[in-house]
Formats: sequence, C-alpha cells, structure tokens
Amino acid sequence: MPIPDWLRVRRSKNDSDVAHWEKCPKCGEVLYRKELAENLFVCPRCTYHFRMHAFDRVHMLVDGDFVELGTEIKPSDPLHWIDKRSYPEKLAGDRAKSSLSEGIVTGFGAIGGIEVALGVMDFSFRGGTMGTVVGERIALLFEAARDRAVPSVIFTASGGARMEEGMLALMQMAKTTLALERFREAGNYALTVLTDPTTGGVSASFAFQADVIIAEARAAIGFAGRRVIEQTIRQKLPENFQTAEFLLEKGAIDMVVARPELRDTLVRLLDYGVGARA
Amino acid sequence: MNLIVERENELLEFERRIAELKDHSRDQPVDLSHEIAALEAKYAQLLHEIFDRLSPWQRVHMSRHPKRPLGADYVAALDVFDELHGDRQFRDDPSIIGGFAKLGGRRIVTIAQEKGRDTKEKVRRNFGMPAPEGYRKVKRLIDLAAHLGLSIVTFVDTPGADPGIGSEERAQAEAIASCLYALAQAPVPIVSTIIGEGGSGGALALALADHVVMLEHSTYSVASPEGCAAILWGDASKAEEAAERLRLTSDDLRGFGIVDEVIAEPLGGAQRDPAATIRRVLDAAGRALDRLAAIPPRELRESRYAKYRRIGGWQDASRSMTESLS
Repeated sequence: MPIPDWLRVRRSKNDSDVAHWEKCPKCGEVLYRKELAENLFVCPRCTYHFRMHAFDRVHMLVDGDFVELGTEIKPSDPLHWIDKRSYPEKLAGDRAKSSLSEGIVTGFGAIGGIEVALGVMDFSFRGGTMGTVVGERIALLFEAARDRAVPSVIFTASGGARMEEGMLALMQMAKTTLALERFREAGNYALTVLTDPTTGGVSASFAFQADVIIAEARAAIGFAGRRVIEQTIRQKLPENFQTAEFLLEKGAIDMVVARPELRDTLVRLLDYGVGARA
Repeated sequence: MNLIVERENELLEFERRIAELKDHSRDQPVDLSHEIAALEAKYAQLLHEIFDRLSPWQRVHMSRHPKRPLGADYVAALDVFDELHGDRQFRDDPSIIGGFAKLGGRRIVTIAQEKGRDTKEKVRRNFGMPAPEGYRKVKRLIDLAAHLGLSIVTFVDTPGADPGIGSEERAQAEAIASCLYALAQAPVPIVSTIIGEGGSGGALALALADHVVMLEHSTYSVASPEGCAAILWGDASKAEEAAERLRLTSDDLRGFGIVDEVIAEPLGGAQRDPAATIRRVLDAAGRALDRLAAIPPRELRESRYAKYRRIGGWQDASRSMTESLS
C-alpha cells in the first residue's frame, strides 16, 4: 500500500537535510528543526507557537490512520485571473512550497479513541484563503460527518476569502454555513480551533458557528485585518489587539489553549458530545 | 470625484451650451440651427458613449453615485413599514433599518442597509457599514420572521462591515457568521436585492437567499476594488485594475449563478429615475415571493442548500470535468 500524503510529506519535510535550522521569530533562538517538530513547533525557550503544516497537525492529533477526503477536488481558474503571475502559476508555486494540493486537508481519523471529521487549514497555501476548493472540501466533510454522525474538528488558519476566485470564493461562506447548519441540525457536535491567523470570510462563517470555539495561544483572530483597521483609524493598535487572549477577555471564544495541551483538551471536550444524545 | 458624476458634468456642459445657443438664436438674427443640431447630435452620442458600455470600474462608481436610490428609499416605497429597533444588547445601529412591512398585500420582514444621503446622515449611518450590533439586529429580525412565518426581503448596499476597534471588540466575525447561520436556518422565503454596493461578507450577511435580485449597475464583490488591490498588490491606487479582474458586475454574477435576476436601470443609471427603478426592484421581489410562497418550507430549504452547494469553480479529478460555471 502506498504511503499516504499526510505521512510521506511530513517525513520528507522534517527529515530532509535542507532547512535543518529555524530561528524563533520572537526570541531569536536558533532551533534544530527536528527538535522543534518534536516540541510541536513551540519554541522551547519562549513558547512562541510556529505556524504548523497541515500534515504535521494531522500527525499531532490522530491516533493512527487518517483517511483523507476530497483530494479529487482540485483548483481551477474560474476568473482567468492574471496579475504579476497567472492564478494557475500562483497555485503551482503554492503546491511546490507547501506540498499541499489546496489550503485545507480534510478527512477522518480518531483523536483519543473518538472518531472525528477533521479539517486542517494551512496558511502556507495562498494564505489559507478560502476559494471554491476549500469551501467544497469543507462541505463534503460536513456531509460525510453527518452521514457517520461523528463530531467535527476544524482548525482554521486563513486570511479570508481568496481574491483570485472573486465572488465564487465569497459564496463559500454561504456554502460552508449551510453545510455546518445541516450537520448540527442532525444533532452533531462541531468544534473549531482558531489558529494563527484566522480572519475575514473564514472567521465570519464556519469558524464562529461551532458549538465550542477554542483558540490557540496568541493566535491573531478577527474580522478585518490589522492593517485595514490601522489605515481606517490612522493610529497604531495595541499589541494584544485581536489576539486569542483579547478575544477570550471580550467573551468571543470559549478558551485559549497552549499547543502542548491542545490534544488532551480536545479529547476531553469531544467526550462530552459522544453518545450524549443516545 | 465620482467618475460618473464627472461624465454627467460633461453632459451638463453640453446641455448648457445647447440652451445658450437656442437663447442666442431667438434674440439674434443669425441662424444657429446647424450648430445646435451638431451639438445635440454630439450630446446624444456622448450619452450613449458614456452609458452603453460601462467598464467595471465605472460601474463601481455608478454603484456609489451620490444620487443613487438608497436602502431607506426602497423601504419608504413599501406599502406599510413598522420599524423595529435594536439588538437587545448594546445599541441600535442606524446603518441597518428593519422591521415589519407590507409589499403589495404580502406581510414581510424587511431589512435594509442605509448609507445616508448628506454628510450628517452619512456619519450617523456610518456610511452604511454595520457594526456587530447592526448584524445582531439583522439576526434578530431573521429569527423573528422565521418564528412568525413571514417572508424576508433585504436591500443590500454597503461598502462592507465596519472595520473599527469597537467592532472587533464586539466580535464582528461572530455577528456576521450568526446572520448567515440564521438565513441558512430560516424556513421562510428569502429575497435579497443588491441595490448599490455589495461589499463582501458585510453584504452577504443579508444576501444568503432563495432569490437574489441585482440592479444592472450595482456591484457585488469579494472585496472592494481598493481593498483587493491593497491586499494583493499593497497599492490601493490599483483599484481600477482590481475592478477589471474581480468580475463584480451583474452580468458576471448572473453567469456564475450567484445572482438569479438582473433588473435593468434607466439609460444613465438609477438616479435618472429613482421612482421607476425602485418600483422595478419591488415588483421583482414581489414576483419572487409569490413563487417561493408556494414551496413547502422543507423543499425551500432543500433548494436553498442545493443552490449554494452548486456554486463553485473547481475541478473534480474523479469525474475529470470542470464543475458548474453555468
């Protein structure tokens, strides 16, 4: 049996000779990539949370196998978009850079023995933007999860709707909302984990429609981008503005969790919804 | 300066010169009929030149025309309107006008975005950019309509959701997400009309609907052209280029299946005959409501689901075809 992408890509990325070292953007500590991976991409010195590759996330969470879904759904170029580069060229670049076919990985696996529908967005693919592929994969995931009556866990990381797919991208907010609503209406349990960064059309749709909303420590979360707000109000924003901790204080999310505690927390939270209705 | 207003000034200049020549030929014994006819021909030519084929960027300006009919004008044209206020939590957001209304004999709940006409009113209405309390009012009205079994008619005209500090503090994203969720749930007919600017998620929060009507020169976009240019190229001044690429016109969106019906505007735009434009939009909304009223709630929600489920532009490798771009 061939090794699935989520295993193969992770291995090649973390064991390759290139990019052995990573520098912590917060404290400047130079870190050995393999050790960083073992530490869940958290800086051992200052606890800075590096953005994670979607497949690393999957590996960090699932017990054993992960059955990927929606890989047949691939991007097209509905607007025939071209600026400095054509949209297909940008996509090809992102594929090469991220080893992903699009901005989200979806599928089924077990977390702490509980089967879940898992979706993980990846910021390294077009800034995690939601285009028609991301929307379609999420809709397919909710539909399959509804059929199986298993809870959903979606990790968000997104700059919002994808410009290069125009209004077709914006409509994915409607599509994912409808799919999530139908999933929940059937009595299913939805969780989202907001990771750095979660903004725009993703935060204003399925990210904030779940039963329980967790945010990873220090993640930037909001609707409008920080720069847009600064340009609008013509002043600098306080540093903690739009952080996970800020949102917790304002009452917008259920909890802030540091990455090392994330998996155990999810298992505990998932357990409250398993078979509770039966 | 609004590009359309600029061109309208050219037209006004022609109108002034034609009137001047006509006055002149009455007072003086010179025959200016040749000059007048030439100017009139040029005027007619210019009128068609300006308005027959508007570029996407010109349509953006048309959708922002200072005299374009606004949300409140449409609400005022309904037969009855009983405004309901507030989000029950924080404050009443004046950028959202909503309440019970009658359209023909039909009892409805209506929700409109309102930009404000003069400077004072624009400031009060926050230029039509709703804050979270505005979207929470929207959600409350959607839920009310669903509870009473009333149809919903919305009027969309916003540059986008308010991007301020307070709006982020009060969870703008959650407020919009909740409107979308409420629209997804509502077991009643929903008709949305895009009457001016359809600014991104802030517009969609009122436009997840069974039937979406769009005025010919309105725009509806994933981001404002200025915002898109700033996001992609770090340069808001490239807005015209962004407008060309975004496919934000009524023709484009009808083609994508995002808009169900396009309403023609008078030559020169809605502002040339606001009353007739408003009537056309309300008539279209009424017709759609009558059609939707005959559909049982379960089927209605099913077809709403199917409609948005279809909207795409991806490839399905397992079927080796490109999905719906009707």
